[in-house]
Amino acid sequence: MQLLYFAWVRERIGMGGEEVSPPEAVETVADLVAWLSSRSDGHAAAFAKPARLRAAVDQAFVPLDTRIAGAREIAIFPPVTGG
Amino acid sequence: MIRILVTTDAIDIAAEQVSLEQGGAVATFTGLVRADDGVATLELEHYPGATEAALLRLAEQAVARWSLSAATIVHRVGPMHPGERIVFTGAASAHRAAALEACAFLIDRLKTDAPFWKREVVAGKGRWVEARESDDHAADRWR
Repeated sequence: MQLLYFAWVRERIGMGGEEVSPPEAVETVADLVAWLSSRSDGHAAAFAKPARLRAAVDQAFVPLDTRIAGAREIAIFPPVTGG
Repeated sequence: MIRILVTTDAIDIAAEQVSLEQGGAVATFTGLVRADDGVATLELEHYPGATEAALLRLAEQAVARWSLSAATIVHRVGPMHPGERIVFTGAASAHRAAALEACAFLIDRLKTDAPFWKREVVAGKGRWVEARESDDHAADRWR
């Protein structure tokens, strides 16, 4: 699946996105965040406080306990601040 | 008619106003970049594709809820400076109450439902703007 990162999540990880194939045990967005945290120090820094993260699955905003089976694109980012 | 635009260009509010002038009433909101705490530059990041889809959903909801004849949302992205226009929302309807309420709905919900992120540059140093609880409360009143 394609991952996309925005704002300080993108900055801490050091890239705007990556292609990953998480194991089956990774069932939800929260599981994905925990699994990604071990990939690098940057991932660990970006995902240290999951309560500060928001997500979109296939471009729709979702809570972090949403299941990710079948998702093509998952975005992880801070709370939005537009307007 | 619904118009959604995410652009790095300056927002032409005169043209946007004119395109809304159908029916009996037009209400618009324009947000400007503030120079709070010495902000020299404000950078707007967004989620291409998802942003436009989120704005379109909001406009469609407003049109359906208030029977609007037109709704417009224009949001600027990229770097900008204090005093420049960052966002424009507008609603056109037969009478003022629907237009005024719909316009407030569009900007209140845009703040919580559309994937934009602000980064301020103060004295050469960048910092991401924190989301505000008051924005959540403003958006909640329309749910």
